[in-house]
This record gives sequence, structure tokens and C-alpha cells, in this order.
Amino acid sequence: MKANPDLDALHPPSATEIELRLLMEAIYLKYSYDFRDYTGASQKRRVLYALGQLGFANISALQERVLRDPALFAQLLQYLTIPVSEMFRDPAYFLALRRQVVPVLHTYPSLTVWVAGCSTGEEVFSLAILLREEGLLERTRIYATDINPASLEKARQGIFPLESIRSYTANYQRAGGQRAFSDYYTAAYEAARFDPSLCADVIFADHSLATDSVFAETHLVSCRNVLIYFNRQLQDRALGLFHESLCHRGFLGLGAKESIDFSGYAERFEVLSRAERVYRKAT
Amino acid sequence: MTSKQNLPARRVDAVVVGASAGGVDALITLLGDLPASWRLPTAVVIHLPETHESRLAEVFAHRLPFPVQEAEDKAPVAPGTLYFAPPGYHLSIERDRRFSLSCEPPVLFSRPAIDVLMASAADAYGPSLVGVLLTGANIDGAEGMRRIHQAGGLTIVQDPAEALVDTMPRAAIAAQMPDHVLSLREIRALLLQLDSAHAH
Repeated sequence: MKANPDLDALHPPSATEIELRLLMEAIYLKYSYDFRDYTGASQKRRVLYALGQLGFANISALQERVLRDPALFAQLLQYLTIPVSEMFRDPAYFLALRRQVVPVLHTYPSLTVWVAGCSTGEEVFSLAILLREEGLLERTRIYATDINPASLEKARQGIFPLESIRSYTANYQRAGGQRAFSDYYTAAYEAARFDPSLCADVIFADHSLATDSVFAETHLVSCRNVLIYFNRQLQDRALGLFHESLCHRGFLGLGAKESIDFSGYAERFEVLSRAERVYRKAT
Repeated sequence: MTSKQNLPARRVDAVVVGASAGGVDALITLLGDLPASWRLPTAVVIHLPETHESRLAEVFAHRLPFPVQEAEDKAPVAPGTLYFAPPGYHLSIERDRRFSLSCEPPVLFSRPAIDVLMASAADAYGPSLVGVLLTGANIDGAEGMRRIHQAGGLTIVQDPAEALVDTMPRAAIAAQMPDHVLSLREIRALLLQLDSAHAH
């Protein structure tokens, strides 16, 4: 949440909003994590929730400690990011990829896919399964990036709670899945461990859409339910990275309720499937 | 019906509405057939099962002579428009008076949560916000209405005696006595009055 002089003159920020901005500035200066352009309302909710969980009376008291205690920052980071995901979330999205994107991907001898903001890896495994069923996984490198090291570590393990598997299975089937979903995991101790060969060419890496730059040319970028936490400036930065990273006529997939309509990139992508939020680089 | 105060000469910029069980019928009574002259942006959170694509915007678009939409991420809050929160996402209004969506965990088993919309709108609009809480079998909304009151906004709760399920209105009244406790017809009349004051 960054200063906006026009807005501040119209509607002075509250003490809590000022504290939030100072905390994000402090985190940026000390730890180089840039949350300053995240949307204010959800950031405020998450920080206030963290205050209660971590036992601080107010944001200023939290800031004072965070500046001096990297372990506390690592804890706070778990509240500032939103590790909520599921496999084959929004099955229609994956169905659209199968039907409209995969036929084009088949024309390339090798493929690079970027899952930006991969959180705990559910989407990475979903895409890997889809690509294997379409005969493309063997020629694909997937970059799975996130800012949260704890989430990346979970993603690397590919172990998901067994209690979620029933809903993931239903999603998989609705996403056009071609096999028994249980072919892809082994169940043990309340957990489902996914076939490690799915991740043979997945590179899990720390990357920030707010501060880092493009690292590879890609054919498909999938970034779902990440941009909703960004303000429009940061959305434009992220979309700029995707645009730069994508090859000529490359594909971009967003979350079901995300759009590029209010961004500076509305004209730089064409809509391949509006309902499923699949776009294609135009210029 | 009780009202702590007569209608003050207040500037109103937006209305937020929360409802749960029995909410669709209550909303139709409250908002159906609003006139084409309606100017106040109005955002609604109603609890529905997450897995269903919401048809609420369609249902109301047929009944209203002004735009009805599912609220979109980063879209400006436009006058004379009725917005519904998309199922499965929390809806907020940011200080720059644009909508934002989020996949944070459910609040009081609800996503979208009424508290989330109301608390964010209270921050965005302060005293120029009107909060309306209707029938429901959940206590979502009580905290949101309290936040609207704290920020100086106007709070209106459906009369529990009229509500199909009175848990939600009663919880809000217990958390913070609202400015008005009214029947749906009376809330509607009050909103029309506030809207015509807004238009002038």
C-alpha cells in the first residue's frame, strides 16, 4: 500500500494505514521483499490477523521487532502471502488449455512453461499431469516461481493432504482428465505423494514479480489468483514481465476472476477464451 | 421499527448490503424495481454455495433499469450500478474506490464474507457509506456493520421480526445498535430518500 498524494488529500489515511505503509517500507528496506504495491484492503486484514497470531498490540510494535528479527519476518511472510490453492482449480481453465493451447504447443520441438506465483505447487502438478497426458511433458521445462520459500519447499515435495484428493479428483475429471487420478499418486499416512517423475524437469525458484526481471523465453505463462493481490501499477509490472517473457504468439492464463481489461496491457494480448481467462500475445 | 435519529442531511456515496439465508427474496423486495434514476453505487454480498456460478446479476438485471454486474477486480466503483460479489472470492473496496477480489480463507465459513466488504468499504468511504444487513442464519456482517458505524457511516438492519432468519440482524444489533432497524419496505424508502439527496 503506497502513498497516493491525490487520494491522501481527499481522504486522509488512518493511523493504521500509515503504520501499514511504514511496515511495508521497513520490510522492503530490510529484507528486499516488496509488498508496497499490494492491494490495501486484503493486506490490512492479513497484517491485523498476524498481529493477533504473533502476539503484538499494534503494527508499530510488530515493525520494531521485525526489523531486528529475521526469524519473525519469516513467520510474518507466511501471513503476507496467501497459500490457498487446489489441484485443477477451475477445471474449465485446464480444459481450455487442452483444447485451445495444447494443439499449438505441439508445433514446438521444446517448450518452456512458467507458473508464476506457484504457492505450494498444486497448479504445477496439475499442469505437469495435463502435459504428460497430451504427450508434451517430456519436451517441457517448467519454471515454478514464488516469493515464499516455505511454499516452494512444500511444492518441491509434491505431497498433498489425502482429504483434498476427492475434490481434486472431481476437478481432474471435469478438466478432461484421461486416466484414473490415483495413477498419479501413492497414498500413505493421510497424505498423497505425487509421482516425482512429473517434476523431473520442473525448476522451483524464488522469484518476485515486484522486484525481479525476466529469466527465460516461455511459451505459456500461468499466473492465477496472484494479480488480484496487486494494485494496478504492480499488475502492469507483472504483465510486462509476462509479455516480455512470452515468445511470439505465446499464451497467458490468469485466474477465473482476473482480467487484463483494467491494465496497461489490454491491447497487447488478444482474448483466446474470455470465460477461462486464456490470452495470447498480440504484439 | 426503531430509529435512533431522524434522517440527517448526510452525504452518501455508496451502499453495501449483506444477506444470507432468505436473502435473495429480501433483496428482490428491497431492490427490485428501483427507478432508472438510482445513482448510488450499491455492492451486495449474499452467501451462496461456492461451487455454483452465480446467476444473481442476471436475475437482477431483468428487474432493474440500470447496470447490474458481478464486481470485477480493479474495476472502478461506478455510480448507478448494482454489483454482486462473485462466488468463491472475497470482495473489497479499496481506498481509490476500485473493487478488489481475494482468495483469502473463508470468514465465518463464508467467502465472500459480508464483514470483508463492509470493513473495507468503511475504510474507503468513511461517513459517506450506508450499510444494510438483512436476513441470515450466520453472524457474518455484525463486525462489518460495527466498522461502518465506527467510521461514521449509516447503519440499517432489517427488523428481526420481519427477517426470514433473524440470527444475522440480531447479531448486528447486539454488536452495535444500528442507526435504523426497519422493515424492507422502510429500508427501501430510506435508500430512495438518501439517493435523491445524493443526486442533488
